[in-house]
Amino acid sequence: MGELERIVDDCRALVEDPSYPAVRRWLADHPGGKVLGHFQVYFPEELAHAAGMLPVKIMGAGSTVQIRQADARIAAFVCSIVRSSLELALSGRLDFLSLFVIPSICDAVRNACGVWVRNFPQFPTRVLYFPQNAASAHAVDYLAGEYARLVRLIEETTGQPVTAERLAASIAVFNENRRLLRELYRIKRETPWLLSALEAYVLTRAGGVMPREEHNALLRRVLELVGQRPAKRQDRIRVVFEGGYCEQPPLDMLAVIQDACYIVDDDLLIGLRWLVDDVATDGDPLANLAWAYLNASSYSPVQHDPRKPRAEMLLRRLRAAGADAAIVAAPKMCEPGLEEQVHYTRTLEAAGIPYLVLEFEETMTTFEQVGIQVETFAESLLFEFA
Amino acid sequence: MTAQAQDLVGATRKESRRLFDSWWQEMTAAAGDGRPTAYVFVMGSFNELLRVFDFVINFPEITALQTAVRGQSMAYLQAAEDYGFSPDICGYVKVDVGLQLKGGEHPHGRVPRPALALATNMCNTYVKWAEFWEHHYGCPVFVLDLPAWRGAGAAPDPADPAFERDRRYVEGQLRELIALCERITGRPFDIDRLRESMAETNRMAAVYHEVLALNRHRPAPFNAAREGITYQGIANLYRGAPEGTQFFALARDELRERIRLGLGTVPDEKFRLLLAGTACYTHFKRFVELFESWGGVFVLSTYMIFAGGGFVPGFGYDLTRPLESLAEQMLQAAWWGFTGSMFYPQEWLANAVRDWGVDGICLHGVKSCRTTSTGLPDVREWLRTQRDVPGLFIQSDLVDARLWSDAQIKNRVDAFFEALAARKAGAGR
Ligand code: SF4
Ligand code: SF4
Repeated sequence: MGELERIVDDCRALVEDPSYPAVRRWLADHPGGKVLGHFQVYFPEELAHAAGMLPVKIMGAGSTVQIRQADARIAAFVCSIVRSSLELALSGRLDFLSLFVIPSICDAVRNACGVWVRNFPQFPTRVLYFPQNAASAHAVDYLAGEYARLVRLIEETTGQPVTAERLAASIAVFNENRRLLRELYRIKRETPWLLSALEAYVLTRAGGVMPREEHNALLRRVLELVGQRPAKRQDRIRVVFEGGYCEQPPLDMLAVIQDACYIVDDDLLIGLRWLVDDVATDGDPLANLAWAYLNASSYSPVQHDPRKPRAEMLLRRLRAAGADAAIVAAPKMCEPGLEEQVHYTRTLEAAGIPYLVLEFEETMTTFEQVGIQVETFAESLLFEFA
Repeated sequence: MTAQAQDLVGATRKESRRLFDSWWQEMTAAAGDGRPTAYVFVMGSFNELLRVFDFVINFPEITALQTAVRGQSMAYLQAAEDYGFSPDICGYVKVDVGLQLKGGEHPHGRVPRPALALATNMCNTYVKWAEFWEHHYGCPVFVLDLPAWRGAGAAPDPADPAFERDRRYVEGQLRELIALCERITGRPFDIDRLRESMAETNRMAAVYHEVLALNRHRPAPFNAAREGITYQGIANLYRGAPEGTQFFALARDELRERIRLGLGTVPDEKFRLLLAGTACYTHFKRFVELFESWGGVFVLSTYMIFAGGGFVPGFGYDLTRPLESLAEQMLQAAWWGFTGSMFYPQEWLANAVRDWGVDGICLHGVKSCRTTSTGLPDVREWLRTQRDVPGLFIQSDLVDARLWSDAQIKNRVDAFFEALAARKAGAGR
């Protein structure tokens, strides 16, 4: 096994381990260190980083944890990621949290915030209201104020002052991370035979559960190694996978899809790549972060912004990636995802772009059905394009 | 019963029919003559502002509910599912989508096309719903952010700089909305008309509170699940209009009369209940009857709080600074709705149990409404363990008849009442 494959394997092991080994390692190395957990989709991790906290993405447990206690606390018709994230906490696996932030992405998780507040009085849980009136002239100011409110809480939690200098330094670390991720995605888009979607995915996802400086070093090494791969281009259709912005599809589902096509772009963990450009490091850092969230960002079904009509954004993503088709997926029981799916598919239909609709759940364990669907879809397209 | 009493008992029901009919007539006429119509939602009301511009106001949650009460929601749901909407999403959205796909034809009349769609972030699904109209009609969508409950802290304090910052954000957005309304209707904004509407809402809110308070009486003169839903409908449709205030004054007088005559909403009130959430509208009569057959009366519902106009205790617009005050009240109402009844309702519920002499709480999980239902099992557990309040958790839907399981729900309701009866007997020993 080469070095690159070993790194990918380690990342896969890391993201599939519900005991958060990298977080525990960090805590062992930083006695008294504090961890801020944040739910999907986007969170300005710089705010925590600048206070010396470790920001960690809490994004469900896939099929690695059996739901035992969460079902008694949350109604049955709620998506899996909300349920399994709560299970992680109820089962003590998130005992390292000093603070938990839930962005106001959807009704399910916003309401679940109440469950967290009731059940975990030992650390504060807060909702972060991102503007849904994104085009308002007042939105940047408002969001910068929300960030300032969080910074005060972070300062109280850590006892560390969050200065503008420290924030600027943290922004630089995350700018580099985003740049490296953009590079990873460029390779996947331009030469998908050099880096599979699954590999890119676990490499990206590892960043959510490890210190970002370490992740930067890891990505730098990966980018050196990828170019040396001897892999050859194959005759496969090129697809964009849309629908992975919040609950994550199981790794084996991605594996089944990439057996039949090149996933040349996707919205998997889009929060880590939400800011599409470097954030300015001069001036007021909170205003810069707020400005970037609103004005230099990607799109997802949970942000309303008239300046970013989502279906049009999807078409752009397809064009930019030179994709032949789209896989439009949504998590089971996900209100925003399932609603967006209708609009996406109707737009694709009108644009004459082939698409496949999939519904998934992070806890799925059999993929035969998905495999057959994807294979049939890919074959029909290869036939059509031939 | 005297002739005067006879006149009064039942008068509210007649008047509510007239008011609902008149709303439908206005909507149906607008569907024909193209008068600008605004689509809005019940949480986060814009009525006072929209009245200034003479918009016809459509409340799609109410039109959806009405199809279910009429037993006709399934055809609309089906149309939306055929269009591509999943069985797992909000039923209100789907009924409305079906309605729009059928050209607005509704059992009560016709819904006009939107000239403007307004949503608040009180429910994220509102935003997705408004986006459907945007795609379908190309109408402008305006989303108003009401950042309210953030997970901790006491009721918002207008003197707190953090609250003032939120208020300024809301006011800024309201000013942007006003400019948009001016563009759409071609009418200039008239702050005096806004003031008039707001004054009317102040009057209506005061009587609305009187009406709610009358149900503290034993026996309760109205059922918060049944009559309550009519009250909410009127509170939304006629907010800011004199008819609304007059309606609640009539309701108050009728309820007082009922109390004077000793008329409860059931012949023999045995259990006083609180409804957390909503009823099921495809089985509305049945829903209420399952409880009434045990002598159980819903004396209050959280629905009447979060969807009834958000009249926080002490509600009152300051007419000397209308826009500032509107922003302030919207924020207070959002906070009240989120904490008092949705995300963090336990203290509010526990206090209501105490103040209204409630024996038990029915928590109704609505399958397609995560906003109100996600954490209800946890709330029930909290009330049981922390406040010794008995709770029943049942699940069905608002408008999807497929999700009503009669035998299962009846079993659970019956078992709940048996336990309540045993508890009462035990307490009496
Ligand atoms: S998967 Fe969908 S419903 Fe679940 S938390 Fe994410 S956005 Fe909300
Ligand atoms: S999700 Fe619930 S609150 Fe939101 S629109 Fe649907 S029924 Fe109403």
